[in-house]
Amino acid sequence: MESQGLLIPIEHGLLFAAALFCIGLAGVLTRRNLLFMLMSLELMLNAAAFVFVLAGAVHGNADGQVMFILILTLAAAEVALALALVVQLYRRRRSLDIDSLDGMRG
Amino acid sequence: MPFLFYLCALIALLAAWQVIRGVNAMHALLYLIVVLLAIALMFFMLGAPFAAALEVIIYAGAIMVLMVFVIMMLNQGDSAVGQERAWRAGRIWRGPALLCAVLLAQLGYLLLPAVVSADAAAVDAVAVGRALYGPYLLLVELASMLLLAALVGAWHLTRVLKHRPGEEV
Repeated sequence: MESQGLLIPIEHGLLFAAALFCIGLAGVLTRRNLLFMLMSLELMLNAAAFVFVLAGAVHGNADGQVMFILILTLAAAEVALALALVVQLYRRRRSLDIDSLDGMRG
Repeated sequence: MPFLFYLCALIALLAAWQVIRGVNAMHALLYLIVVLLAIALMFFMLGAPFAAALEVIIYAGAIMVLMVFVIMMLNQGDSAVGQERAWRAGRIWRGPALLCAVLLAQLGYLLLPAVVSADAAAVDAVAVGRALYGPYLLLVELASMLLLAALVGAWHLTRVLKHRPGEEV
């Protein structure tokens, strides 16, 4: 991949994004507190957004940052809805343990 | 300059690790803000100053404040008092403050006049705005519909429902 004037090799940026994504994924899989799962989700979204901005920097155009703005909007919408669910869960169960929502025996 | 980038990446990964293994939601949120600030600095170094500003203003600013509100709102009762007392100890925010201080030192170094020439290939806000309202106009419309749907959904979900018989409250 030709990268004119890029600070670092693109592989290192991708490696960082992959590591950040994996940490977030581990958080989603291992934590059972809804708030912590939400924060891990934010980490994963940030890793994806970082790859977009990195690709935009490699090619030297603005498309990557446009997609970053879309991800930002998505994150805002997601956090608003998820926090509404958190409030609703706490109101009903008095805890944020997501395993308490096993009413459907799924 | 590449060294600063790798330092930022290291800070982000360390803070991310602290996010997922923390016990207290508020402490994890502090580390999450450190992650966001580190990523914003990396955006800046990659030549995306507009994305860096948005990351700080919207992500670390608005979205995280929303999460702080909810965490504080759910933190009621007597246990919250003891927790508040423990928070004043200063031991808790030492980790995030240390990582933030490193980031701040990096930012100060980047703002030195001698270093600025490094981001010659920067894509500035004008280019992003032209792309956003040119070929990506449909995306803006989609984003507005997404935000409207989220607004309606959040309002609907947080309504206080009347107690219906047979339903567990």
